[in-house]
Amino acid sequence: MDVERHDTVPISTDDDIVRVRQRVRDWAVSIGFSLVDQTKLVTAASELARNTLIYGRGGTLTLAVVVNNRKRGLQLTFADQGPGIPDIDLALKDGYTTGNGLGLGLSGARRLSQDFSITSKPGEGTRVVIARWN
Amino acid sequence: MERIPILKMGDSLLVSIQVDMHDRLAMTLQDDLTAKIVATRAKGVLIDISSLEVVDSFIGRMLANIAAMARVLDAKTVVVGMRPAVAITLVELGLSLSGVRTALNVEKGMLLIRSDGDEGDEGGRRAT
Amino acid sequence: MSRTDEVDIAELIKDPEGSLLQDWVRLQLADSRRSHVLNDSELQQQSREFLQLVRSAVQSGQLRDIEAREWDGARRMLEDLSRSRAALGLSPSQTAMFVFSLKEALFTRLRTQFAKDPERLASATWAISVLLDRLGLYTTEVYQKGREDVISRQQQEMLELSTPVVVLWDGVLALPLIGTLDSARTQVVMENLLQRIVDTGAGIAIIDITGVPTVDTLVAQHLLKTVAAARLMGADCIISGIRPQIAQTIVHLGVELQDVVTKATLADAFALALRRLNLGVQKVAAPARKGDSPAASSAET
Repeated sequence: MDVERHDTVPISTDDDIVRVRQRVRDWAVSIGFSLVDQTKLVTAASELARNTLIYGRGGTLTLAVVVNNRKRGLQLTFADQGPGIPDIDLALKDGYTTGNGLGLGLSGARRLSQDFSITSKPGEGTRVVIARWN
Repeated sequence: MERIPILKMGDSLLVSIQVDMHDRLAMTLQDDLTAKIVATRAKGVLIDISSLEVVDSFIGRMLANIAAMARVLDAKTVVVGMRPAVAITLVELGLSLSGVRTALNVEKGMLLIRSDGDEGDEGGRRAT
Repeated sequence: MSRTDEVDIAELIKDPEGSLLQDWVRLQLADSRRSHVLNDSELQQQSREFLQLVRSAVQSGQLRDIEAREWDGARRMLEDLSRSRAALGLSPSQTAMFVFSLKEALFTRLRTQFAKDPERLASATWAISVLLDRLGLYTTEVYQKGREDVISRQQQEMLELSTPVVVLWDGVLALPLIGTLDSARTQVVMENLLQRIVDTGAGIAIIDITGVPTVDTLVAQHLLKTVAAARLMGADCIISGIRPQIAQTIVHLGVELQDVVTKATLADAFALALRRLNLGVQKVAAPARKGDSPAASSAET
Protein backbone atom coordinates (compact mmCIF):
# COMPACT_ATOMS: atom_id res chain seq x y z
CA MET A 1 0.00 0.00 0.00
CA ASP A 2 1.44 3.34 -1.04
CA VAL A 3 0.99 6.66 0.68
CA GLU A 4 0.26 9.46 -1.77
CA ARG A 5 0.34 12.27 0.75
CA HIS A 6 0.05 12.69 4.48
CA ASP A 7 -0.18 15.32 7.18
CA THR A 8 -0.31 15.41 10.96
CA VAL A 9 -2.48 17.64 13.13
CA PRO A 10 -2.39 18.03 16.91
CA ILE A 11 -5.29 17.08 19.17
CA SER A 12 -4.86 19.01 22.38
CA THR A 13 -7.93 21.19 22.72
CA ASP A 14 -11.65 21.18 22.23
CA ASP A 15 -11.24 23.30 19.12
CA ASP A 16 -8.85 20.71 17.68
CA ILE A 17 -11.71 18.21 17.52
CA VAL A 18 -13.60 20.64 15.30
CA ARG A 19 -10.47 21.12 13.22
CA VAL A 20 -10.11 17.38 12.87
CA ARG A 21 -13.66 17.14 11.53
CA GLN A 22 -12.99 19.89 9.00
CA ARG A 23 -9.69 18.44 7.86
CA VAL A 24 -11.05 14.95 7.42
CA ARG A 25 -14.01 16.37 5.51
CA ASP A 26 -11.71 18.33 3.18
CA TRP A 27 -9.49 15.37 2.47
CA ALA A 28 -12.46 13.04 1.98
CA VAL A 29 -13.97 15.49 -0.50
CA SER A 30 -10.71 15.74 -2.40
CA ILE A 31 -10.62 11.98 -2.90
CA GLY A 32 -14.16 12.03 -4.18
CA PHE A 33 -15.98 10.17 -1.45
CA SER A 34 -19.80 10.21 -1.59
CA LEU A 35 -21.57 12.41 0.92
CA VAL A 36 -22.60 9.47 3.08
CA ASP A 37 -19.08 8.04 3.10
CA GLN A 38 -17.67 11.46 3.99
CA THR A 39 -20.09 11.78 6.88
CA LYS A 40 -19.24 8.32 8.20
CA LEU A 41 -15.54 9.08 8.09
CA VAL A 42 -15.86 12.50 9.72
CA THR A 43 -18.12 11.14 12.44
CA ALA A 44 -15.72 8.27 13.19
CA ALA A 45 -12.86 10.78 13.30
CA SER A 46 -14.79 12.97 15.71
CA GLU A 47 -15.31 10.05 18.08
CA LEU A 48 -11.69 8.99 17.97
CA ALA A 49 -10.35 12.53 18.28
CA ARG A 50 -12.41 13.01 21.40
CA ASN A 51 -11.10 9.76 22.84
CA THR A 52 -7.56 10.88 22.10
CA LEU A 53 -8.17 14.20 23.84
CA ILE A 54 -10.06 12.97 26.87
CA TYR A 55 -8.67 9.52 27.55
CA GLY A 56 -5.35 9.85 25.80
CA ARG A 57 -4.72 13.25 27.36
CA GLY A 58 -3.98 14.70 23.96
CA GLY A 59 -2.25 13.33 20.91
CA THR A 60 -2.18 13.57 17.14
CA LEU A 61 -4.07 12.65 14.02
CA THR A 62 -2.19 11.68 10.91
CA LEU A 63 -4.18 11.77 7.69
CA ALA A 64 -2.92 9.79 4.73
CA VAL A 65 -4.20 9.25 1.22
CA VAL A 66 -3.38 5.63 0.50
CA VAL A 67 -3.36 3.70 -2.75
CA ASN A 68 -3.84 -0.03 -3.06
CA ASN A 69 -4.31 -1.79 -6.37
CA ARG A 70 -5.41 1.43 -8.04
CA LYS A 71 -8.01 2.08 -5.33
CA ARG A 72 -7.62 5.21 -3.25
CA GLY A 73 -8.53 5.55 0.38
CA LEU A 74 -8.19 7.82 3.37
CA GLN A 75 -6.40 6.44 6.38
CA LEU A 76 -6.55 8.15 9.75
CA THR A 77 -4.17 7.37 12.59
CA PHE A 78 -5.01 8.61 16.07
CA ALA A 79 -2.08 8.31 18.45
CA ASP A 80 -1.51 9.33 22.03
CA GLN A 81 0.95 8.72 24.84
CA GLY A 82 -1.79 8.41 27.42
CA PRO A 83 -2.47 5.73 30.01
CA GLY A 84 -3.44 3.11 27.43
CA ILE A 85 -6.37 0.71 27.45
CA PRO A 86 -6.09 -2.28 29.81
CA ASP A 87 -8.82 -4.38 28.19
CA ILE A 88 -9.35 -3.64 24.53
CA ASP A 89 -12.16 -6.16 24.03
CA LEU A 90 -14.09 -4.56 26.83
CA ALA A 91 -13.44 -1.09 25.44
CA LEU A 92 -14.83 -2.19 22.10
CA LYS A 93 -18.15 -3.23 23.58
CA ASP A 94 -21.09 -0.99 22.86
CA GLY A 95 -22.04 1.10 25.83
CA TYR A 96 -18.83 0.57 27.76
CA THR A 97 -17.50 3.84 29.08
CA THR A 98 -15.15 4.91 31.81
CA GLY A 99 -16.29 8.47 31.54
CA ASN A 100 -19.52 10.27 30.90
CA GLY A 101 -19.83 9.22 27.33
CA LEU A 102 -22.28 6.89 25.65
CA GLY A 103 -19.56 4.29 25.20
CA LEU A 104 -19.99 4.30 21.46
CA GLY A 105 -16.77 6.02 20.48
CA LEU A 106 -14.49 3.09 19.78
CA SER A 107 -17.08 0.54 18.71
CA GLY A 108 -18.94 3.14 16.70
CA ALA A 109 -15.82 4.28 14.90
CA ARG A 110 -15.12 0.67 14.02
CA ARG A 111 -18.61 0.20 12.60
CA LEU A 112 -18.29 3.35 10.55
CA SER A 113 -14.97 2.36 9.01
CA GLN A 114 -13.92 -0.27 6.55
CA ASP A 115 -10.51 -0.86 8.08
CA PHE A 116 -9.96 -0.64 11.82
CA SER A 117 -7.05 -1.56 14.04
CA ILE A 118 -6.10 -0.66 17.56
CA THR A 119 -2.93 -1.09 19.58
CA SER A 120 -2.87 -0.09 23.19
CA LYS A 121 -1.13 -1.11 26.35
CA PRO A 122 -1.28 0.41 29.81
CA GLY A 123 1.65 2.80 30.06
CA GLU A 124 2.35 2.71 26.33
CA GLY A 125 -0.34 4.90 24.91
CA THR A 126 -2.93 4.11 22.27
CA ARG A 127 -2.95 4.01 18.50
CA VAL A 128 -6.11 3.63 16.45
CA VAL A 129 -5.98 3.40 12.66
CA ILE A 130 -9.10 3.56 10.52
CA ALA A 131 -9.54 3.74 6.78
CA ARG A 132 -12.23 3.99 4.15
CA TRP A 133 -11.77 3.22 0.48
CA ASN A 134 -13.31 4.88 -2.51
CA MET B 1 -17.25 33.00 24.24
CA GLU B 2 -19.85 32.70 21.54
CA ARG B 3 -23.27 31.37 22.40
CA ILE B 4 -25.97 29.77 20.30
CA PRO B 5 -29.01 32.08 20.21
CA ILE B 6 -32.26 30.80 21.70
CA LEU B 7 -35.44 32.40 20.39
CA LYS B 8 -38.84 32.49 21.98
CA MET B 9 -41.76 31.53 19.75
CA GLY B 10 -45.01 31.70 21.65
CA ASP B 11 -44.57 29.37 24.59
CA SER B 12 -41.83 27.43 22.87
CA LEU B 13 -38.11 27.95 22.49
CA LEU B 14 -36.42 27.63 19.12
CA VAL B 15 -32.74 26.85 18.71
CA SER B 16 -31.10 26.70 15.34
CA ILE B 17 -27.63 25.15 15.42
CA GLN B 18 -25.74 26.59 12.50
CA VAL B 19 -22.14 26.00 13.43
CA ASP B 20 -19.96 22.97 13.89
CA MET B 21 -19.94 23.20 17.68
CA HIS B 22 -16.96 22.39 19.80
CA ASP B 23 -17.77 20.37 22.91
CA ARG B 24 -17.68 23.34 25.29
CA LEU B 25 -20.20 25.23 23.18
CA ALA B 26 -22.50 22.23 23.17
CA MET B 27 -22.38 22.01 26.96
CA THR B 28 -23.07 25.74 27.22
CA LEU B 29 -26.10 25.34 24.98
CA GLN B 30 -27.38 22.55 27.15
CA ASP B 31 -27.07 24.74 30.24
CA ASP B 32 -28.49 27.86 28.57
CA LEU B 33 -31.53 25.97 27.28
CA THR B 34 -32.33 24.44 30.63
CA ALA B 35 -32.08 27.82 32.31
CA LYS B 36 -34.28 29.42 29.71
CA ILE B 37 -36.96 26.73 29.91
CA VAL B 38 -37.25 27.50 33.59
CA ALA B 39 -37.11 31.26 33.10
CA THR B 40 -39.76 31.39 30.37
CA ARG B 41 -41.81 28.37 31.56
CA ALA B 42 -41.63 27.13 28.01
CA LYS B 43 -43.81 24.21 27.04
CA GLY B 44 -41.78 23.20 24.03
CA VAL B 45 -38.23 23.19 22.74
CA LEU B 46 -37.52 22.98 19.03
CA ILE B 47 -33.95 22.21 18.02
CA ASP B 48 -33.22 22.73 14.35
CA ILE B 49 -30.21 20.70 13.20
CA SER B 50 -30.76 21.13 9.48
CA SER B 51 -27.39 22.86 9.18
CA LEU B 52 -25.46 20.11 10.93
CA GLU B 53 -23.41 17.94 8.61
CA VAL B 54 -22.20 15.76 11.44
CA VAL B 55 -23.85 14.52 14.61
CA ASP B 56 -21.56 12.36 16.72
CA SER B 57 -22.22 10.62 20.03
CA PHE B 58 -21.39 13.77 22.00
CA ILE B 59 -23.99 15.88 20.22
CA GLY B 60 -26.35 12.92 20.38
CA ARG B 61 -25.96 12.80 24.12
CA MET B 62 -26.46 16.56 24.33
CA LEU B 63 -29.77 16.23 22.50
CA ALA B 64 -30.87 13.34 24.68
CA ASN B 65 -29.90 15.29 27.82
CA ILE B 66 -31.83 18.35 26.70
CA ALA B 67 -34.89 16.23 26.02
CA ALA B 68 -34.63 14.55 29.41
CA MET B 69 -34.19 17.81 31.31
CA ALA B 70 -37.01 19.46 29.39
CA ARG B 71 -39.29 16.56 30.23
CA VAL B 72 -38.56 17.00 33.91
CA LEU B 73 -39.52 20.66 33.48
CA ASP B 74 -42.73 19.62 31.72
CA ALA B 75 -41.67 20.72 28.28
CA LYS B 76 -41.60 18.75 25.02
CA THR B 77 -38.48 18.64 22.90
CA VAL B 78 -38.48 18.02 19.16
CA VAL B 79 -35.37 17.81 17.01
CA VAL B 80 -35.98 18.75 13.39
CA GLY B 81 -34.19 18.81 10.07
CA MET B 82 -31.84 15.88 10.42
CA ARG B 83 -30.00 15.34 7.13
CA PRO B 84 -30.20 11.91 5.43
CA ALA B 85 -26.43 11.38 5.54
CA VAL B 86 -26.46 12.14 9.26
CA ALA B 87 -29.38 9.78 9.87
CA ILE B 88 -27.72 6.96 7.95
CA THR B 89 -24.49 7.50 9.88
CA LEU B 90 -26.25 7.56 13.25
CA VAL B 91 -27.93 4.25 12.45
CA GLU B 92 -24.55 2.78 11.56
CA LEU B 93 -23.00 4.32 14.67
CA GLY B 94 -25.66 2.65 16.76
CA LEU B 95 -27.01 5.87 18.23
CA SER B 96 -30.76 5.56 18.68
CA LEU B 97 -31.49 8.96 20.26
CA SER B 98 -34.10 7.26 22.44
CA GLY B 99 -36.37 9.66 24.20
CA VAL B 100 -35.87 12.31 21.54
CA ARG B 101 -38.79 13.19 19.31
CA THR B 102 -37.98 14.15 15.75
CA ALA B 103 -39.76 15.82 12.89
CA LEU B 104 -38.83 16.65 9.32
CA ASN B 105 -38.98 20.41 9.66
CA VAL B 106 -39.83 23.31 11.97
CA GLU B 107 -43.45 23.41 10.84
CA LYS B 108 -44.06 19.75 11.60
CA GLY B 109 -42.05 20.11 14.77
CA MET B 110 -44.37 22.84 16.04
CA LEU B 111 -47.39 20.67 15.18
CA LEU B 112 -45.88 17.91 17.22
CA ILE B 113 -45.23 20.18 20.18
CA ARG B 114 -48.79 21.43 20.11
CA SER B 115 -50.37 18.00 19.73
CA ASP B 116 -51.90 16.54 22.83
CA GLY B 117 -50.65 12.99 22.73
CA ASP B 118 -47.10 11.76 22.90
CA GLU B 119 -46.85 11.10 19.17
CA GLY B 120 -48.58 13.12 16.52
CA ASP B 121 -48.63 11.28 13.24
CA GLU B 122 -49.02 14.49 11.36
CA GLY B 123 -46.03 15.99 13.02
CA GLY B 124 -43.35 13.44 13.49
CA ARG B 125 -42.12 10.54 15.55
CA ARG B 126 -40.33 9.54 18.67
CA ALA B 127 -36.90 8.54 17.57
CA THR B 128 -36.70 5.10 19.22
CA MET C 1 17.29 -10.77 -15.33
CA SER C 2 21.01 -10.34 -14.69
CA ARG C 3 22.93 -7.19 -13.87
CA THR C 4 24.48 -7.22 -17.32
CA ASP C 5 21.03 -7.15 -18.92
CA GLU C 6 20.28 -3.90 -17.21
CA VAL C 7 23.59 -2.44 -18.33
CA ASP C 8 23.17 -3.76 -21.86
CA ILE C 9 19.67 -2.43 -22.26
CA ALA C 10 20.62 0.92 -20.77
CA GLU C 11 23.51 1.17 -23.27
CA LEU C 12 21.30 0.13 -26.14
CA ILE C 13 18.60 2.59 -25.42
CA LYS C 14 20.92 5.58 -25.08
CA ASP C 15 20.47 6.41 -28.74
CA PRO C 16 22.64 9.54 -29.02
CA GLU C 17 21.95 10.11 -32.73
CA GLY C 18 18.31 9.31 -32.44
CA SER C 19 18.62 6.46 -34.89
CA LEU C 20 16.75 4.05 -32.61
CA LEU C 21 13.82 6.46 -32.49
CA GLN C 22 13.89 6.89 -36.25
CA ASP C 23 13.95 3.15 -36.87
CA TRP C 24 11.11 2.58 -34.46
CA VAL C 25 8.94 5.29 -35.99
CA ARG C 26 9.67 3.96 -39.45
CA LEU C 27 8.56 0.49 -38.34
CA GLN C 28 5.30 1.87 -36.98
CA LEU C 29 4.57 3.88 -40.10
CA ALA C 30 5.32 0.88 -42.28
CA ASP C 31 2.89 -1.36 -40.39
CA SER C 32 0.01 -1.87 -42.79
CA ARG C 33 -2.40 -2.73 -39.99
CA ARG C 34 -1.97 0.57 -38.24
CA SER C 35 -4.76 3.09 -38.14
CA HIS C 36 -4.32 6.27 -40.10
CA VAL C 37 -6.28 8.31 -37.64
CA LEU C 38 -3.05 9.43 -36.01
CA ASN C 39 -0.94 11.74 -38.09
CA ASP C 40 2.75 11.13 -38.54
CA SER C 41 4.03 14.00 -36.43
CA GLU C 42 1.83 12.92 -33.49
CA LEU C 43 3.25 9.43 -33.78
CA GLN C 44 6.78 10.86 -33.88
CA GLN C 45 6.11 12.98 -30.79
CA GLN C 46 4.58 10.11 -28.80
CA SER C 47 7.39 7.76 -29.74
CA ARG C 48 10.05 10.27 -28.73
CA GLU C 49 8.36 10.91 -25.41
CA PHE C 50 7.92 7.24 -24.61
CA LEU C 51 11.51 6.42 -25.50
CA GLN C 52 12.77 9.18 -23.21
CA LEU C 53 10.66 7.95 -20.32
CA VAL C 54 11.77 4.36 -20.83
CA ARG C 55 15.37 5.51 -21.07
CA SER C 56 15.29 7.33 -17.72
CA ALA C 57 13.51 4.43 -16.02
CA VAL C 58 15.94 1.87 -17.43
CA GLN C 59 18.91 3.98 -16.40
CA SER C 60 17.66 3.96 -12.83
CA GLY C 61 18.27 0.23 -12.85
CA GLN C 62 14.68 -0.82 -12.22
CA LEU C 63 13.75 -3.26 -14.97
CA ARG C 64 11.71 -5.74 -13.02
CA ASP C 65 8.75 -3.89 -11.62
CA ILE C 66 6.91 -1.44 -13.85
CA GLU C 67 4.72 -0.45 -10.90
CA ALA C 68 7.78 0.98 -9.13
CA ARG C 69 8.24 4.74 -8.75
CA GLU C 70 10.89 4.87 -11.49
CA TRP C 71 8.21 3.94 -13.99
CA ASP C 72 5.57 6.44 -12.80
CA GLY C 73 6.26 8.79 -15.71
CA ALA C 74 6.15 6.06 -18.31
CA ARG C 75 2.96 4.58 -16.88
CA ARG C 76 1.29 7.97 -16.81
CA MET C 77 2.25 8.59 -20.42
CA LEU C 78 0.86 5.20 -21.41
CA GLU C 79 -2.36 5.97 -19.53
CA ASP C 80 -2.83 9.19 -21.47
CA LEU C 81 -1.88 7.44 -24.68
CA SER C 82 -4.33 4.61 -24.08
CA ARG C 83 -7.13 7.02 -23.31
CA SER C 84 -6.51 9.33 -26.22
CA ARG C 85 -6.20 6.47 -28.70
CA ALA C 86 -9.35 4.82 -27.38
CA ALA C 87 -11.12 8.14 -27.84
CA LEU C 88 -9.91 8.16 -31.46
CA GLY C 89 -11.50 4.76 -31.93
CA LEU C 90 -8.37 2.64 -31.94
CA SER C 91 -8.67 -0.87 -30.54
CA PRO C 92 -6.68 -1.78 -27.42
CA SER C 93 -4.52 -4.09 -29.55
CA GLN C 94 -3.59 -1.27 -31.88
CA THR C 95 -2.57 0.81 -28.90
CA ALA C 96 -0.57 -2.06 -27.40
CA MET C 97 1.24 -2.46 -30.72
CA PHE C 98 2.76 0.97 -30.08
CA VAL C 99 4.81 -0.62 -27.29
CA PHE C 100 5.36 -4.03 -28.87
CA SER C 101 6.71 -2.54 -32.09
CA LEU C 102 9.64 -1.11 -30.11
CA LYS C 103 10.81 -4.69 -29.61
CA GLU C 104 11.69 -5.15 -33.24
CA ALA C 105 13.76 -1.98 -33.33
CA LEU C 106 15.64 -3.03 -30.20
CA PHE C 107 16.15 -6.67 -31.28
CA THR C 108 17.77 -5.57 -34.53
CA ARG C 109 20.27 -3.52 -32.56
CA LEU C 110 20.86 -6.35 -30.11
CA ARG C 111 21.67 -8.78 -32.90
CA THR C 112 24.32 -6.39 -34.24
CA GLN C 113 25.72 -5.60 -30.78
CA PHE C 114 25.99 -9.18 -29.55
CA ALA C 115 26.54 -11.04 -32.80
CA LYS C 116 29.58 -12.70 -31.20
CA ASP C 117 27.96 -13.38 -27.80
CA PRO C 118 24.87 -15.59 -28.16
CA GLU C 119 24.36 -15.92 -24.43
CA ARG C 120 24.19 -12.22 -23.80
CA LEU C 121 22.06 -11.82 -26.89
CA ALA C 122 19.55 -14.38 -25.63
CA SER C 123 19.52 -12.96 -22.13
CA ALA C 124 19.07 -9.33 -23.17
CA THR C 125 16.45 -10.26 -25.78
CA TRP C 126 14.42 -12.03 -23.12
CA ALA C 127 14.81 -9.12 -20.69
CA ILE C 128 13.57 -6.58 -23.24
CA SER C 129 10.76 -8.86 -24.29
CA VAL C 130 9.49 -9.27 -20.73
CA LEU C 131 9.75 -5.55 -20.02
CA LEU C 132 7.95 -4.39 -23.14
CA ASP C 133 5.31 -7.11 -22.81
CA ARG C 134 4.46 -5.75 -19.37
CA LEU C 135 4.29 -2.19 -20.64
CA GLY C 136 2.17 -3.22 -23.62
CA LEU C 137 -0.22 -5.15 -21.39
CA TYR C 138 -0.44 -2.13 -19.13
CA THR C 139 -2.05 -0.16 -21.95
CA THR C 140 -4.73 -2.82 -22.29
CA GLU C 141 -5.32 -2.75 -18.55
CA VAL C 142 -5.86 1.00 -18.69
CA TYR C 143 -8.28 0.50 -21.56
CA GLN C 144 -10.17 -2.11 -19.51
CA LYS C 145 -10.39 0.19 -16.54
CA GLY C 146 -11.74 2.93 -18.79
CA ARG C 147 -14.49 0.61 -20.04
CA GLU C 148 -15.32 -0.41 -16.50
CA ASP C 149 -15.68 3.23 -15.50
CA VAL C 150 -18.11 3.79 -18.36
CA ILE C 151 -20.13 0.75 -17.37
CA SER C 152 -20.37 1.75 -13.74
CA ARG C 153 -21.40 5.27 -14.71
CA GLN C 154 -24.13 3.88 -16.93
CA GLN C 155 -25.24 1.53 -14.18
CA GLN C 156 -25.53 4.49 -11.86
CA GLU C 157 -27.67 6.34 -14.37
CA MET C 158 -29.87 3.29 -14.90
CA LEU C 159 -30.25 2.97 -11.18
CA GLU C 160 -31.51 6.48 -10.84
CA LEU C 161 -33.89 6.04 -13.73
CA SER C 162 -35.24 2.69 -12.65
CA THR C 163 -36.19 3.48 -9.08
CA PRO C 164 -38.33 6.58 -9.11
CA VAL C 165 -39.88 7.70 -5.89
CA VAL C 166 -43.57 8.36 -6.37
CA VAL C 167 -45.62 10.91 -4.48
CA LEU C 168 -48.84 8.98 -3.81
CA TRP C 169 -50.48 11.75 -1.85
CA ASP C 170 -49.50 14.88 -0.06
CA GLY C 171 -47.20 13.53 2.61
CA VAL C 172 -47.04 9.95 1.34
CA LEU C 173 -44.22 8.61 -0.81
CA ALA C 174 -43.96 5.21 -2.45
CA LEU C 175 -40.84 3.44 -3.62
CA PRO C 176 -41.77 0.46 -5.79
CA LEU C 177 -38.65 -1.69 -6.03
CA ILE C 178 -38.39 -3.94 -9.03
CA GLY C 179 -35.88 -6.62 -9.88
CA THR C 180 -33.09 -8.15 -7.90
CA LEU C 181 -31.51 -5.91 -5.35
CA ASP C 182 -27.81 -6.02 -4.69
CA SER C 183 -26.13 -4.30 -1.81
CA ALA C 184 -24.79 -1.35 -3.80
CA ARG C 185 -28.04 -0.70 -5.61
CA THR C 186 -30.07 -0.91 -2.42
CA GLN C 187 -27.84 1.64 -0.72
CA VAL C 188 -28.17 4.19 -3.52
CA VAL C 189 -31.91 3.67 -3.76
CA MET C 190 -32.37 4.10 -0.03
CA GLU C 191 -30.28 7.26 0.12
CA ASN C 192 -32.38 8.61 -2.69
CA LEU C 193 -35.59 7.82 -0.80
CA LEU C 194 -34.38 9.59 2.33
CA GLN C 195 -33.47 12.67 0.32
CA ARG C 196 -36.91 12.70 -1.29
CA ILE C 197 -38.48 12.49 2.14
CA VAL C 198 -36.64 15.67 3.07
CA ASP C 199 -37.39 17.38 -0.26
CA THR C 200 -41.14 16.66 -0.17
CA GLY C 201 -41.58 16.79 3.59
CA ALA C 202 -43.45 13.49 3.38
CA GLY C 203 -44.02 11.91 6.76
CA ILE C 204 -44.75 8.45 5.41
CA ALA C 205 -42.77 6.38 2.90
CA ILE C 206 -44.01 3.06 1.57
CA ILE C 207 -41.28 0.71 0.36
CA ASP C 208 -42.93 -1.86 -1.86
CA ILE C 209 -40.98 -4.99 -2.63
CA THR C 210 -43.65 -6.90 -4.57
CA GLY C 211 -41.39 -6.85 -7.61
CA VAL C 212 -38.36 -8.19 -5.78
CA PRO C 213 -37.96 -11.97 -6.19
CA THR C 214 -35.38 -12.58 -3.46
CA VAL C 215 -33.96 -10.72 -0.52
CA ASP C 216 -30.71 -11.69 1.15
CA THR C 217 -29.42 -10.70 4.59
CA LEU C 218 -27.49 -7.69 3.33
CA VAL C 219 -30.45 -6.27 1.47
CA ALA C 220 -32.78 -6.95 4.39
CA GLN C 221 -30.35 -5.12 6.66
CA HIS C 222 -30.19 -2.16 4.31
CA LEU C 223 -33.97 -2.00 4.26
CA LEU C 224 -34.09 -2.00 8.03
CA LYS C 225 -31.35 0.62 8.27
CA THR C 226 -33.31 2.83 5.92
CA VAL C 227 -36.43 2.47 8.03
CA ALA C 228 -34.38 3.35 11.11
CA ALA C 229 -32.81 6.35 9.41
CA ALA C 230 -36.19 7.64 8.23
CA ARG C 231 -37.49 7.28 11.77
CA LEU C 232 -34.54 9.26 13.11
CA MET C 233 -35.34 12.00 10.66
CA GLY C 234 -38.96 12.12 11.76
CA ALA C 235 -40.68 10.09 9.07
CA ASP C 236 -42.26 6.65 9.05
CA CYS C 237 -41.77 3.72 6.72
CA ILE C 238 -44.16 0.93 5.82
CA ILE C 239 -42.83 -2.08 3.96
CA SER C 240 -45.35 -3.68 1.64
CA GLY C 241 -45.42 -6.55 -0.78
CA ILE C 242 -43.56 -9.10 1.29
CA ARG C 243 -44.30 -12.34 -0.51
CA PRO C 244 -44.40 -15.67 1.34
CA GLN C 245 -40.95 -16.70 0.05
CA ILE C 246 -39.38 -13.48 1.24
CA ALA C 247 -41.14 -13.74 4.59
CA GLN C 248 -39.64 -17.21 4.95
CA THR C 249 -36.19 -15.98 4.02
CA ILE C 250 -36.40 -13.15 6.53
CA VAL C 251 -37.39 -15.49 9.34
CA HIS C 252 -34.83 -18.06 8.24
CA LEU C 253 -32.08 -15.45 8.20
CA GLY C 254 -33.08 -14.37 11.67
CA VAL C 255 -33.54 -10.78 10.61
CA GLU C 256 -35.48 -8.88 13.24
CA LEU C 257 -38.32 -6.86 11.82
CA GLN C 258 -39.09 -5.59 15.31
CA ASP C 259 -41.53 -2.75 15.13
CA VAL C 260 -41.38 -2.18 11.42
CA VAL C 261 -44.87 -2.06 10.03
CA THR C 262 -45.45 -4.37 7.11
CA LYS C 263 -48.44 -4.79 4.84
CA ALA C 264 -49.20 -7.44 2.23
CA THR C 265 -49.93 -5.00 -0.57
CA LEU C 266 -49.12 -1.47 -1.57
CA ALA C 267 -52.85 -0.73 -1.46
CA ASP C 268 -53.07 -1.83 2.16
CA ALA C 269 -50.05 0.29 3.00
CA PHE C 270 -51.59 3.30 1.32
CA ALA C 271 -54.86 2.81 3.19
CA LEU C 272 -52.89 2.70 6.44
CA ALA C 273 -50.99 5.84 5.51
CA LEU C 274 -54.23 7.70 4.85
CA ARG C 275 -55.69 6.55 8.17
CA ARG C 276 -52.58 7.80 9.95
CA LEU C 277 -53.04 11.18 8.33
CA ASN C 278 -56.70 11.15 9.38
CA LEU C 279 -57.74 11.08 5.78
CA GLY C 280 -60.41 8.95 4.21
CA VAL C 281 -61.81 8.19 0.80
CA GLN C 282 -65.54 8.63 0.31
CA LYS C 283 -67.98 8.11 -2.48
CA VAL C 284 -69.18 11.41 -3.93
CA ALA C 285 -72.62 11.93 -5.48
CA ALA C 286 -72.31 11.89 -9.27
CA PRO C 287 -72.93 15.40 -10.71
CA ALA C 288 -76.09 15.88 -12.86
CA ARG C 289 -75.39 15.73 -16.61
CA LYS C 290 -76.66 18.41 -19.02
CA GLY C 291 -79.79 17.52 -20.98
CA ASP C 292 -81.01 14.90 -18.55
CA SER C 293 -84.69 15.06 -17.57
CA PRO C 294 -85.22 16.02 -13.93
CA ALA C 295 -86.80 12.64 -13.25
CA ALA C 296 -83.87 10.71 -14.65
CA SER C 297 -81.24 12.69 -12.76
CA SER C 298 -83.01 12.30 -9.45
CA ALA C 299 -83.18 8.55 -10.06
CA GLU C 300 -79.39 8.46 -10.34
CA THR C 301 -78.63 10.24 -7.14
